Amino acid sequence: MNRPGKLHLPGWAPLIVLLAVAGMIALVVLPLAMVFVQALGNGVGGLLAPFREPDTWSAIRLTLIVAGISVPLNAIFGLAAAWAVTRFDFAGKSLLMALIDLPFSISPVISGLVWVLLFGAQGFFGAALDAMGIKVIFTVTGLVLATVLITLPFVARELIPLMQEQGAEEEAAAMTLGASGWSTFFRVTLPNVKWALLYGVLLCNARAMGEFGAVSVVSGHIRGLTNTLPLHVEILYNEYDFVGAFAVATLLAGLGLLTLVAKSLLEWRFSGELAATRRH
Amino acid sequence: MTHDIRHLSRRGLLGGAALAGPAVLAGGGLAMAQGAPKPATLLNVSYDPTRELYKEINAAYAKFWKEKTGQTLTIQQSHGGSGKQARSVIDGLQADIVTLALAYDIDEIAQKAKLLPANWQSRLPQNSAPYTSTIVLLVRKGNPWKIRDWGDLVKPGIEVITPNPKTSGGARWNYLAAWAWALKQPGGSPAKAEAFIKELFQHVPILDTGARGSLTTFAQRGVGDVFLSWENEAFLSNEEFGPKFDIVYPSLSILAEPPVAVVDKIVDRRKTRTIAEGYLNFLYSPLAQDLTGKHHYRPRGAQAQAKYAGKFKKIPLVTIDDTFGGWTKAQKTHFADGGVFDRIYRP
Amino acid sequence: MAITLTWLSLIVLIPLAALVIKPWELGLDGVWRTLTDDRVVAAFRLSFGAAAIAAAADAVLGLIVAWAIVRYSFPGRRLLDALVDLPFALPTAVAGIALTAIYAPNGPLGALFAQVGIKTAYSPLGVVLALTFIGLPFVVRAVQPVLEEVDREVEEAARTLGATDYQRIVRVVLPAILPAILGGVGLAFARAVGEYGSVIFIAGNLPMVSEIAPLLIIIKLEQFDYAGAAAVGLGMLVISFVALLALNLVQTWLTRRSRG
Repeated sequence: MNRPGKLHLPGWAPLIVLLAVAGMIALVVLPLAMVFVQALGNGVGGLLAPFREPDTWSAIRLTLIVAGISVPLNAIFGLAAAWAVTRFDFAGKSLLMALIDLPFSISPVISGLVWVLLFGAQGFFGAALDAMGIKVIFTVTGLVLATVLITLPFVARELIPLMQEQGAEEEAAAMTLGASGWSTFFRVTLPNVKWALLYGVLLCNARAMGEFGAVSVVSGHIRGLTNTLPLHVEILYNEYDFVGAFAVATLLAGLGLLTLVAKSLLEWRFSGELAATRRH
Repeated sequence: MTHDIRHLSRRGLLGGAALAGPAVLAGGGLAMAQGAPKPATLLNVSYDPTRELYKEINAAYAKFWKEKTGQTLTIQQSHGGSGKQARSVIDGLQADIVTLALAYDIDEIAQKAKLLPANWQSRLPQNSAPYTSTIVLLVRKGNPWKIRDWGDLVKPGIEVITPNPKTSGGARWNYLAAWAWALKQPGGSPAKAEAFIKELFQHVPILDTGARGSLTTFAQRGVGDVFLSWENEAFLSNEEFGPKFDIVYPSLSILAEPPVAVVDKIVDRRKTRTIAEGYLNFLYSPLAQDLTGKHHYRPRGAQAQAKYAGKFKKIPLVTIDDTFGGWTKAQKTHFADGGVFDRIYRP
Repeated sequence: MAITLTWLSLIVLIPLAALVIKPWELGLDGVWRTLTDDRVVAAFRLSFGAAAIAAAADAVLGLIVAWAIVRYSFPGRRLLDALVDLPFALPTAVAGIALTAIYAPNGPLGALFAQVGIKTAYSPLGVVLALTFIGLPFVVRAVQPVLEEVDREVEEAARTLGATDYQRIVRVVLPAILPAILGGVGLAFARAVGEYGSVIFIAGNLPMVSEIAPLLIIIKLEQFDYAGAAAVGLGMLVISFVALLALNLVQTWLTRRSRG
């Protein structure tokens, strides 16, 4: 992979690579390995044991439902936000960008807490909701709200730099050729950003499925009912079923790895697209 | 509170029913059975160490209920730190029943969310605690540091593991047991007890948020020499982690009464009062009492007490009321912001 | 546009408004007393201090990893590249448990450190470790594309001018990637300050020593002190917002300078 004209620092190369690899092993690879080693502590049977429990399956189902609702919502938002930020000039644009990024810097605990403050039985709208018989906290709705808040920036952040770079020329050209706004969007904009969109969706999805702190505040922890996979890991761990906890964790880690593989494939395609757009 | 009168009039009945449980329950159950019984659900919101106990009790009650009424009953469980669970109920978790680590947490539900009357604890026999436990010292096999009593915990080099009293109900019992011991020593005084507690917590290297996490730290991570433990968790630890620990009974401990209650507002809305009250009465039945003993809680019923007499060592136990003036006072003095527990960490 | 604003208001603004309004139930005085309580101050110091150290560690390690991935070819380079994102994808609680298992006194690395007398898990160092873990991808992913750009454009020019390797790094490469590093560090820092799931297992949670600010929020919640919890949450948010703003200003200034 030595491209000509690059800086190689020949003498330093082994040291830098060694440092990078050692750092990654101590910090990232070992924890991942630990998850799998512990999960296989009782052999393959132990690894599969928790998946014979209906509670595990309902946790999987719930996690899929929550991610299945939150991710598309944030994908639509991400597209709309990126469109607004990159295609229009308006006062307060940088404020809008800061707000989009804000959920990154909110503690997950706070992301759960705010929904309790709003919709909890003692919250601002608690009494009103109660009168109407609507439950938000400790239901799937609450889990979705907390997850949406946590994962809000992912898609938008992937799209904004790309759409900024691409500029609006192609869209403008389509418009002058008589295409309507929607058809421009579907024929020009969307195909141009599809890989970045998919990449954002993947990251968003990984985070949505793995979120712990925020959902822990709004879940109620009812086995088989409001228990997502990460919470189920905690439950098993607290039942001293360490092998089971790590076995379920391998599912989440496996999902993470799958995301990474998909992402690497995308990057491969995506870098081609990027290069193509640069040539314009 | 319209329910109060009904409950007060029923109290005598429940007191008598404590050990005769099922016979009385059958009456309540039959009333429910009129018409085609639709399947029902019940949510029991409990604290951390009761997972195994309620798994078995829930199955037994569902079976009992089905036989008595023909109604299919699904009992859902939620476990977590006692304070956290109480907060969830206050925030709207639809718990038909709460079975928590200490009365203060149910008091808070009564006070903050008004979901049940303030006198809830007098509605069932024995302070609404169908089983009790106490606090013991769990040491590594062979007791290498020769830990015999609370006083040994502050010897140089000893590391003590306990969860955080701010977040764990069990840890509050731990703390209060240690305090009571120091107070009852010759020449003991609240000031000396505070000094002892301060010294004790200087020997604590980790404060996990819950009893379960704490035992994992002690057993799985190998940290610490003594683990302050619920008696039931101490028994359980040898089942879960293999015979790696010895239980040391201190010269004095505390009678821990984990109380149970029906959450009135919720059972009335969900129309589950009969089932929920039946469940709590069932806890006092010989069958359930036997299960509490099996899961290492000290049963209240005479029959089960006799059966498990050899298992639970008799040691002097103080109570929260006689030594600390009740939970509200204990909470305010020791665990509230600015209380003794906060004070001992200040330089 | 309408979608963006509506969604943003519903999901971000209204909930945050609740967080901003709630603490004042205690009164100005009460909020001040909550935030200046020794224990809260100690927790803030730990959360922000550990996050800053972790972000700095991420800057160094992130730069090294990005450099290795972009500049060198070695077996497993693609794998290393893919693994960088793992902390994004691994649920934080799982990461916390796994890190604790490794760095506990009886864990494989914890035992190693214990032999030389360094306590990793259950100390502020453990907190830093967990926070470095979750922050790493932010720096690598921020630096990587810029580093790729740099050698394409500027460096070749420097090369033709006959600059030495050292000169090129200090004069050309570092200034060009510094804004990216700062951007990544800012995100890593912001994420680390609020992190709960992975830290709680490894921290030790001793008041005044290893108790993080998000744990204090949980503790206050469990004492049914909603306003106090919101006050701590608001304090955290304000401080990290100011820190991010400052970092942003420096970043903008650096970008302008390197271009000008």
